[in-house]
Amino acid sequence: MLYYLAKRLLLMIPLLVGITVITFTVIHLAPGEPVEMQVAMNPKVSAEARERLRKFYELDKPLHVQYAKWVSRLVRLDFGRSFAPDGRPVITKIRERLPVTISLNLIVLILEFALAIPIGIMAATHRDGPLDRWTTVFVFLGFATPLFWLSLILMYLFGVKLDWLPISGLHSLGYEAHGFWWRVGDMAKHLVIPLGVATFGSLAGLSRYMRTGMIEVLGQDYIMTARAKGLPERVVIYRHALRNALLPAITILGLSIPALIGGSVIFESIFAIPGMGKLFMDGVMARDYPLVMGVLVIGAVLTLLGNLLADLAYAIADPRIRHGRERAL
Amino acid sequence: MNRCRLVCLVLLVFSLAACNEGKQAVPAGPRLPGIPAYGDALVAGSIGEPSTLLPLLASDSASRDVAGQIYNGLVRYDKNLKLEGDLAEKWEISRDGLTITFHLRKGVTWHDGQPFTSRDVLYTYRVTIDPKTPTAYAENFKQVKRAEAPDPYTFRVTYAKPFAPALESWGVEILPAHLLEGKDVTRSELARQPVGTGPYRFKEWIAGQKLVLESNHDYYEGRPYIDRYVYRIIPDTATMYMELKAGGLDMMGLTPVQYQRQTTTKEFLSRFNKYRYPASAYTYLGYNLRHPLFSDRRVRQAITSAISKDEIIQGVQFGMGQVAHGPYKPGTWAYNPNVRDFTYNPDRARALLAEAGWRDKNDDGILVKDGKPFSFTILTNQGNDQRLKTALIIQQRLKAVGIEVKIRTIEWASFLKNFIDKGDFQAIILGWTIGQDPDLFDVWHSSKTGPRELNFVGYKNAEVDRLIEQGRGTFDQEERRRCYYRIQEILAEDQPYTFLYVPDALPVVSARFRGIEPAPAGIMHNFIRWYVPKGEQVY
Amino acid sequence: MTRRDSYLRDVVWRRFRENRFALAGGMVVLALFVLSILAPFITPYEPNSLDAYHVLLPPSSAHWFGTDEVGRDVFTRMLYGAQISLKVGFVAVGIATLIGTVVGLVSGYYGGWLDSLLMRFVDIMFCFPTFFLILAVIALLEPSIWYIMLIIGLTGWMGVARLVRAEVLSIRERDYVLAARVIGCSDMRIIFRHILPNAVGPVLVYATLGIAGAILTESSLSFLGIGVPPPTPSWGNILASGKEFLEFAWWLFLFPGLAIMVTVLSYYLVGEGIRDAIDPRFSSRR
Repeated sequence: MLYYLAKRLLLMIPLLVGITVITFTVIHLAPGEPVEMQVAMNPKVSAEARERLRKFYELDKPLHVQYAKWVSRLVRLDFGRSFAPDGRPVITKIRERLPVTISLNLIVLILEFALAIPIGIMAATHRDGPLDRWTTVFVFLGFATPLFWLSLILMYLFGVKLDWLPISGLHSLGYEAHGFWWRVGDMAKHLVIPLGVATFGSLAGLSRYMRTGMIEVLGQDYIMTARAKGLPERVVIYRHALRNALLPAITILGLSIPALIGGSVIFESIFAIPGMGKLFMDGVMARDYPLVMGVLVIGAVLTLLGNLLADLAYAIADPRIRHGRERAL
Repeated sequence: MNRCRLVCLVLLVFSLAACNEGKQAVPAGPRLPGIPAYGDALVAGSIGEPSTLLPLLASDSASRDVAGQIYNGLVRYDKNLKLEGDLAEKWEISRDGLTITFHLRKGVTWHDGQPFTSRDVLYTYRVTIDPKTPTAYAENFKQVKRAEAPDPYTFRVTYAKPFAPALESWGVEILPAHLLEGKDVTRSELARQPVGTGPYRFKEWIAGQKLVLESNHDYYEGRPYIDRYVYRIIPDTATMYMELKAGGLDMMGLTPVQYQRQTTTKEFLSRFNKYRYPASAYTYLGYNLRHPLFSDRRVRQAITSAISKDEIIQGVQFGMGQVAHGPYKPGTWAYNPNVRDFTYNPDRARALLAEAGWRDKNDDGILVKDGKPFSFTILTNQGNDQRLKTALIIQQRLKAVGIEVKIRTIEWASFLKNFIDKGDFQAIILGWTIGQDPDLFDVWHSSKTGPRELNFVGYKNAEVDRLIEQGRGTFDQEERRRCYYRIQEILAEDQPYTFLYVPDALPVVSARFRGIEPAPAGIMHNFIRWYVPKGEQVY
Repeated sequence: MTRRDSYLRDVVWRRFRENRFALAGGMVVLALFVLSILAPFITPYEPNSLDAYHVLLPPSSAHWFGTDEVGRDVFTRMLYGAQISLKVGFVAVGIATLIGTVVGLVSGYYGGWLDSLLMRFVDIMFCFPTFFLILAVIALLEPSIWYIMLIIGLTGWMGVARLVRAEVLSIRERDYVLAARVIGCSDMRIIFRHILPNAVGPVLVYATLGIAGAILTESSLSFLGIGVPPPTPSWGNILASGKEFLEFAWWLFLFPGLAIMVTVLSYYLVGEGIRDAIDPRFSSRR
């Protein structure tokens, strides 16, 4: 196990280097400069002032020098200072926003697993029946709907027309004055629509995967044996088949992280949720290079970590890998 | 409070934020005035998050809005757009017009309790012109030859030659010297936790969510009635409007469609008051005068004649705007109401074009001269729906007189860098904000046609140059008026731009707020006197 | 060989046909193609011609889906928008499939250090939230539909690459490939004659789903204001401009959203149908 872990960690190093190279290249492909944004809106700015801003941001140095400087700082976890006029460290800005995005995405992941797995199993056990067909259409519908469209419709319906739910943000104004449970309830009300829509949109992948896995497992000999022994169907499915069908689903967990983080841009814009997606979008629009690069790197590293965790979980859960590696050691 | 007071002309990037100047207004639902009372909060919506609360470093409207409540300048514009003392009680201009002496208000304190003195003003001046400060606001202060603070309540500036916009330029937010002096202003904590002298003090800023200000009980003009001013950051315009309707916002700027079509129900009007007045901005179609297509004045006159400005106002603004004939807002003192502009007249357009040698030789509907068809591209920046629609309408109208127009929208930064700065464009649709001071030097003087300067259309007219210089070199308003009246006549004849329209600002405020006095300066000028009667307070 | 091929095709087609959902999806996809190509004959309006005095009209017999905020006919714009949205989907996926297939073939067939290098690159690309990458690049470039297709393509090839590689690995050591090698067939011939045809099925499935994804990505980009640049109609930007009128000009918001939903769903069902048809393990009736 230790050997496996060490190997996985070592393998991450070239990936990390690759991530920084791609990030840097992508950002520096673009024409235009952050200075333009700041200066352009104001006519009272002289050409000399622009040069001054360029120097200040070190944009006058050659690219490889900029890259080297950036990476050497990255190693020390220094993401540089934002190009935005407040000039705050990028890491501070990300730290402010990251928890919101991560916790919301975690909730979505949990909801997704809680719903998609039963749906997948149901589809598999009722294979080709109407239940299978209609759950298929249902989960695909979630995938196929433009989520911002659905969100705005629900927002209008429940927020404006029926006035049941708040429209946007995370809290009501003045929530600080209330007790803990009131605040939890308040936040839950704010999150019903965004989390619901996000979960609806994410069901397809996992539930289809579950269905396939389940069908495959149900065709295996040992299930036949279990059935032949006269075990009740419920026991066969949930005790024997599910265990094995669930295993591959763990890897899906790691794979779905980038999609979730990416999707947060839209949700955070619509629902005015102060997360990393919105931060990234603002950074991109303002050509805040250090911020954009910082978020890209952190987003990628998070995915890397997610994958690592998923693989480790898989290794722990699957005795073949666990034992195989230990013997090799 | 008057966020436009500082910068003379600012390119309008997003015109969504409510502008604060204005003329007539449309009040609604009759509610009893009630008794002024302290308390409650005003929740305003903002598309963007402020970038920094050090106004010196900010150029976005969200930052400037918030900073306007926290800081004061030496002078400000009153509700009738006349300069009045703010932190300066009074001032004197020397007879030669070169020296201004400000007498500062005594007993004003910073939000942290320190007294406000001339040292703060001197510091603000020095840090602004410091080459190490990445600010966009140094230009006006560079005209200053000498600045001095002879005593704590006197501040004196001397100019090399008379400079009419000088007084206005001291409307810039004064920064606290005791917290900033000797420090790197770009790394200052004050960007997130500002300390000012204004009616509201900073309370908290939750990144990406909201920014809360609370009333300054020691404000020199008295404690504001509204206890808290909350800026909620709501990035999506559709969401913001729904928040307003659901009661989550008290104030925002409406789009013309929302004003005309979506906010006309009794229910809405009983809950909100809508206001309408001309914004301090205009939209124009500018021609690259160095380009052979547009070097002939008759061609430009023809294009203006082929465009119906009323149709554009109808189509783009739902009629919520006025036709622009020049670079000033109708009704202001520099605006010349008697300018003869080219009205919509396609026949005259065709005649002018024919006179300039453009004819439809092969009956394909496109005019030709020297074997080349009359075709050009209008550029505009991406993300501004109004400008794009304007371009579409112009495209359709010019086609009718035989001119083919292509439209390209380009992302803002590259628009400036690759097209405007290099003079690599044929025609553009952009907007300028109209400053309170009518000085036109930056946009129309021939010395400002260099790369990265604002006269990017390359307009050169010796008479206009002379008039601009004369206008900024005197404090005599009558003399200035004469200069600017003449300039407008020349511009109308030359048509270096086709001035299109001045849009209306359309703010909406919850009806529970009383004491709002629409004036030429808009509605925010007396914000500290707004109140909510006790029985109607919600927060 | 050919007889086996045609037999397979028959079986696959029969299986696909029996899947009613897939068939319905296929019909929607086809109908959409026809409608978008015939757009100029179906509607008397131009997609970009404005009418400042007839804006935001509700649906009527003259304007089936009403008019938008500058007086353009929404139905017309949606027909022409279908062309654009489909174009984005097909070109983007074409690029992704091409790159992915080449990388997968090379990687799987030649193996060795080239394989590990390419696969590490795939791993790295998989780490980035794709939508972030797309956003970063699109927002920095000048707006153009070609960039959008290119970027969606360039960020979407990794799945195909892995798929093709796996397919190649499983086929490479089969008898008939070994036999071909023994009788001296060139690499190119082996790849194109023997390996590629076997990978077509899974790639086709992937591509169908990819088209659906690209249409959605374009609409998200348009929502953020950096999609297909106006005035060119795409479903995404019709929808994005309609969101401002959600409350009272519902036709501007409802129709394009439904169109995207139905189309993407159809592509998905078709993709799923093809998968079931070529992989009998999970198909309906064996």
